[in-house]
Amino acid sequence: MTNDSLISIHDLKVYFRSNSEHARAVDGVSFEVRREETICLVGESGCGKTVSALSILGLIPTPPGEIAGGQILFADQNLLELNEADMQKIRGNHIAMVFQEPLTSLNPVFTIGDQIGEAISIHKKLEAEAVRENCIQLLTDVGISSPAQRLKDYPHQLSGGQRQRVMIAMALACDPDLIIADEPTTALDVTVQAQILQLFRSIQKIRSMSVLYITHDLGVVANIADRVYVMYAGIITEHGNTAQIFHDARHPYTQGLLASLPSRSKRGTRLHSIPGAVPNPAHKPGGCPFHPRCPYAIPTCSKEYPQMCDYGQGHLARCPVLFEGGG
Amino acid sequence: MMNIEEKTFNQDFQFQVPLAPKQTRLQAFWFLFKQNRLAIVGLFIFILFFCSALIGLFLTSGPEPIFDPAMIRLQEKLRPPLAKPNLDSLRPEEVPTLDFYLMGTDDLGRDVFARMLQGAWVSLTVGFVAVGIAVLIGIFMGGIAGYFGQYHIKIDHILLTFILVSGAGLVAVKLIHFGALLLLLGLGHILYSILTKKRSREKAVSSWSAFLSKNAVSVDTLIMRIVDIMLCFPSFFLILTVVALLPASIYNIMIVIGLTSWMGTTRFVRAEFLSLREQDFVAAVKALGVSNFRIIFRHMMPNAVAPVLVSATIGIATAILTEAGLSFLGFGVPPPHATWGNILSDGKRFIFDAPWLTFIPGIAILIVVLSFNLFGEGLRDTLNPRLRERH
Repeated sequence: MTNDSLISIHDLKVYFRSNSEHARAVDGVSFEVRREETICLVGESGCGKTVSALSILGLIPTPPGEIAGGQILFADQNLLELNEADMQKIRGNHIAMVFQEPLTSLNPVFTIGDQIGEAISIHKKLEAEAVRENCIQLLTDVGISSPAQRLKDYPHQLSGGQRQRVMIAMALACDPDLIIADEPTTALDVTVQAQILQLFRSIQKIRSMSVLYITHDLGVVANIADRVYVMYAGIITEHGNTAQIFHDARHPYTQGLLASLPSRSKRGTRLHSIPGAVPNPAHKPGGCPFHPRCPYAIPTCSKEYPQMCDYGQGHLARCPVLFEGGG
Repeated sequence: MMNIEEKTFNQDFQFQVPLAPKQTRLQAFWFLFKQNRLAIVGLFIFILFFCSALIGLFLTSGPEPIFDPAMIRLQEKLRPPLAKPNLDSLRPEEVPTLDFYLMGTDDLGRDVFARMLQGAWVSLTVGFVAVGIAVLIGIFMGGIAGYFGQYHIKIDHILLTFILVSGAGLVAVKLIHFGALLLLLGLGHILYSILTKKRSREKAVSSWSAFLSKNAVSVDTLIMRIVDIMLCFPSFFLILTVVALLPASIYNIMIVIGLTSWMGTTRFVRAEFLSLREQDFVAAVKALGVSNFRIIFRHMMPNAVAPVLVSATIGIATAILTEAGLSFLGFGVPPPHATWGNILSDGKRFIFDAPWLTFIPGIAILIVVLSFNLFGEGLRDTLNPRLRERH
């Protein structure tokens, strides 16, 4: 594993405006993805994971949404300052995305051969025959049997798992440096989910690319991640490698998440849950956004925005209370 | 035992059966469509009309047409259908091709069958070209309104358009120097703004530039209000006025009918686009780096085409009716050329002496328009999944 950074996001802020409210969906998020590693972005629904991912590709609809600040550095350029034409050259070619719903992410009126072929021919100039061969190779790579026949199929003729494989094939079409996978297994059942995760792992190894994997499933995280960023209410609360996060969690939110996982050792006992609910992004509590639900909260938590505390070896957590208390 | 089971499992995996029946969309469509008897009848008549109009064009045009719609035989006027010609009074080249008048003759002794054939081509082209124009405009406007609708037109855009239009207007009324100055000013501004274009987030500095970059109206509002305004005009009278001002020709009529009937398509396409725009596959192709233009016309349009197809089919019937109405009132295709409308119009003076002159074109119009409507409704029933359950 090399240490050079592929893409780094600095203090990204994405706000959504409605009539009177000002929803701060992503509120100063910084993270980086290095070459050839798998990063997981974990958090509850509505904590800004998907919005962060979409803003990397410049896909935030801009009249309601607004990129209020920050930088996204990829190959020495700030993606937020590129115009639409340059952004189109990045999308698919250098950064590709796999979406959550394989059932609706394919265009129902075209065959999958057409759709994968288009993904190839947008960025590469190839003969029709070469495109076809590429498509068949991609479908073989993502583990679809008899790919030549499948090319003529329409999306409704495939199962959910097969469709997600096709989506991955489309994302792989131009050999991108980074694949953003936005909960690609949420809509699939558990056995198919395991196959898709296996597929991601093998692809990442063979093609030596980076994966930014967005999920709320800690089981998935333990399975594939090299490093983990935990998000809560639009900010990064903890960052570390997989072992640090799972065995040595330093933020009360991460600890709460891990405690709420069912496991064999906790059989028969009541499952832990974090009290309260995720704050509305338009009305976030002041100071640390987690303080109303936090068991360790002290009065300063509601006033001061918490700083990242360094536990060494790249392990960071945004909770000064535990840092000063526990060391 | 275990081994055998494993083997069969693997084989199943290798030779997967397709999960859905191997049926293309067209086959599925045809299966549903053919259950609607009236629509099949409509389709059949539509094909018949199409063929006869095409064949009619070849048989009635050229220097020596097989059926000459313009051949005047005053001695044979107002002969009823199927009447034999009086061969003694006709010169050899005046004898009708079929040796009898299939649909009779009119007050100048012209063969009504030949004129109907010629008119069929007019009706067909008017219907298709007018609806083609309407659908093109409608798809374009609806696509823009549905896809880019949330963008706002700023006050400087409006001023720029005003400057360019008034510049062009001044050039047109021969104030060339002043008009050219305005045009240059406008084009220069466009060039300047393209060259300095950036995704900048700076706030406007002076109050004047703040005023210029103020959002005036959204694209969606603008286009849909234009549609509303167009719908307010009684379109037949608008067409009558325009046709009365323009030189009478079949092309002007096609264009005018097309320009006054695109609003329905715009509304359909916009409505479809508003829902398609939020679909995941649009975001997915966008994430692949597909351009907006390609997303609109290659990815979204095929998904939005069903209601357009239905309204176009019914629109063709309306256009044929409009053309016939215009010709009947004498504003249509100029006289030597036959259309169903002007055969009807010429015949109305003799309705008691020669009823076939009004009934034949009238019934032809009725059948063609009815068949288009039936076919269109059949299409709508088949393409609309919510109506499918009824059959």
